This record gives sequence, structure tokens and C-alpha cells, in this order.
Amino acid sequence: MLKKPQYIALVLVAVVALIIFNLPGETMSRFKLAISGIFLPLFGLAGSSQQVLQKTGNTILPRSVLSKESERLRQENEQLKIQLMQNAELISENATLRQSLGWQKQTPWKSKLTLARVIGRDPANWWRTVLIDAGEKQGLRVNYPVLTSDGLVGRIAAVGPNRAQVLLLGDPNLRVGALIQDKDVRESGIVLSSSGPLDNMVDFQYFSRNTAIKPGQPVITSGDGGVFPKGILIGQIVDIGSKNVGLSTEARVKIAANLNSLEEVWVMFP
Amino acid sequence: MNAITPIIVLLAAFIAIYFQSSFEMFRNIFGAQIDLLPALMVYTSLTLGIISVALLSIIGGLLFDSLSANPLGVSVVPLFIIGFAIHRFHGLLLREQLSAQFAFGAATSLLMPLFTLLILMSGNSNPLVGWGTIWQLLVVGLVGGLLTPVCFWILDRVNRALNYQPIAQTSFRPDREIKRNRR
Repeated sequence: MLKKPQYIALVLVAVVALIIFNLPGETMSRFKLAISGIFLPLFGLAGSSQQVLQKTGNTILPRSVLSKESERLRQENEQLKIQLMQNAELISENATLRQSLGWQKQTPWKSKLTLARVIGRDPANWWRTVLIDAGEKQGLRVNYPVLTSDGLVGRIAAVGPNRAQVLLLGDPNLRVGALIQDKDVRESGIVLSSSGPLDNMVDFQYFSRNTAIKPGQPVITSGDGGVFPKGILIGQIVDIGSKNVGLSTEARVKIAANLNSLEEVWVMFP
Repeated sequence: MNAITPIIVLLAAFIAIYFQSSFEMFRNIFGAQIDLLPALMVYTSLTLGIISVALLSIIGGLLFDSLSANPLGVSVVPLFIIGFAIHRFHGLLLREQLSAQFAFGAATSLLMPLFTLLILMSGNSNPLVGWGTIWQLLVVGLVGGLLTPVCFWILDRVNRALNYQPIAQTSFRPDREIKRNRR
């Protein structure tokens, strides 16, 4: 037989659970972001202390190291400028060829990117999401692509005033239209979460069975679906296997960006 | 025990969830993030009242879900079920035994994600579950079991430092005092 306080506790939990489960989707999302706001002081404190440490580290660096670093960055900048010029030439050539063939002109994505710091990771082991320190105030919206210089990271799932939740590649709720970028093979399919929660891999599925896919081929976003622009690197094919008693084929893709050590990410504005 | 003990437990839950979200070293090494809420729930259900168990379930569960992609409130129910079950039989359980603390910590750390996954999979959610999940559950269970005695030790000390101390009984009894006469 239960005692009176036990009945009170049971009713209390049941009422709270029922109220929360019956909240409309939008209200629940707002409520969730409001609750996570309680952690902001701690995240802010951790971020600022990290910055102070970094600054301190920079001030005690010897001048010779700094000048070496500056020289390396100058050389890299020159190389990138040259690459940019070549790309501009290729873009104009591509546009001319498209025009001559009567193909529709590709809508270019704005190159505006916003840098955001990763402040937290999903505490649950069955989701792959991170929290970043940029939100609506910085112009972020749901579904904006998130990437690093290595490749695609994911997309924004929820946005608060000053932070956003990013679904990472490999999360069951993230599917990306993808393409194999190879001079011999151009096969499109869908990249979705792999069955293993431990590895840094995703599955590439829904491509034709007779395609000559080989390990090592790079997989990029296809631009299908309109969320991700075409051409962002996702990863490389690791192996190919059959599924559903040989009825379909799938390939495992090693994600190019290191999702286990994300510190800063770029959010791309469409 | 006064009102400060549940506040300390709730504060510990808040800090534990923050650490789980911010520190990835354990996840990067073992492939699974540890969960400290079950250990705190074992402490609460064996030390405090059922209302504290309910409060920790609601506040801890909501805080956990707010940083996760879990639908809000999903962690509240499993936490409360575990806390309620332990609290119901807390008179029979050996609170001070390290082995008992380890066993309860391991069991709750294993059951908590299992219950949550069950609720998620019975709803519309599609969590990332595979063979690797068994490894993750083993790691979470083992580490949860090891951390529970540590949690007991720390929280007992904090409680002792912040709560009123019981008045120590002296062996002196006025009625047994030998009255010496100086006549």
C-alpha cells in the first residue's frame, strides 16, 4: 500500500509528464530552449576562460614562432588567391558552356559564412547533435548547413536567440542528398545514419546496383532537396556491401570532418 | 536533514548534466558518454524523501532533455520509476555498503537508458541504436556503478558540512554526580 507522500509524488510526476508531452511542437521547442538557457552562464564561463587561456598562450609565444606562423599564413593566402582566380575563370567558362548548351543557369549560394563555437554536445548516447553559440540574433535559421574546412558537419535543427542545435552527420534525423564525385562515376544517392553508434561513418544508399563504386571515391552533397548546396565534401567510400538479401547495395562512407573534436564550425547562409 | 540537502542534490544534477554535455574526453576514449543522474537518483532515493525523488526526476530529466535531441520530458519518467522503486524498499537496502551502492548504481545506470530508449522507440523517434549500443550500455553501467559510491561520499560530506550537526551525547549525568561534603 502506498503512503500519502508517494501518491503526491506519483501525481506530481504524472501531471508534469502529461502537460509536457501534450505541448504543441513549437511551444515545446521554445520551452526546451528556455530551459537550456539555464546552462548559458556555465557555457559562457567555460568559453571566456578558454579565450583567456588562449590569449595568455599567444602572449607568451616567442616572436620567432609568430613570424614563422605569419609567413606560413601569407603563403597560404597567396595560394588561395591564385586558386580563387582559377575558380573564377572556371565559373565563367562553365556559365558560357551552359548558355551555349541551353542549360538552366545554376543558382549560386551566397558565400556568406558565420563562425560559431561548439559549446556543448548531446549528453545522450543515441543522438548526434551539438550546441553552438550563435542563433537567431546572428541570422541563423533552421536547416542552414553547417560545415568545417574538412567537409560537411550537418544542419541546424533548432534555433534560439543566442544558440542553435546542430544535427550532425550520422544522426538518424539527418539525410543528405549525395553524389559520388569521380570522373568515371557520377552516381547519386542518399547519405543516412549508419547502424553503429560508435564509428565516424554514415551509409550511402539508394544508388543503382550496377554502379562501379570503389573505396576511396569522394562523396559530395548533390544539392537535391535544397537544404545543402552542391559540392560540399561529405567523406570517402570505405567499403561496399549488399543489404536485404542482396536486393540493394549500400556503401559505408567515412565522414571527412572530425565530428568528435569539433570546436568551431561555419554556418552557411543560403 | 533539512531543505538544503535536496537543493544540494539538484545543484549536483545541474552541474553533472553540464559536465556530460561539455566534457567529451570519456566519449572520445570509450565511445559512450557517462550519465551521472542515475547515481544521484540512487543517493536521493536512499537518503531523502519521495518528494525529493520526484523533484530530481522532473528537474534533472528536463535539464537533461533540454541539452539533448530527446523530446522534452522523456527522461523524467524512467528516472522517477527507478527512484520510486528504490525508495519504496529503501528500508530494506544496505545504504552504507559500498557493494550495494555499486550494484544499485550499475543497475540504475543500465536501466535508465534502456527505459528511455524504450519510450523513444515506442513513440515517433528513431534513436541511433545498433550493436554498439550494447557496448555503450556496459560502459555506462560500469562507470555509473563505480561513480555511485563516490557520489555518496561527496554528497554525505557536503551534507555534513552544511547541515546542523546532531548534538553529541555526553556521559555526564547530573543525577549521578557525587556531592562531596566539606564539613
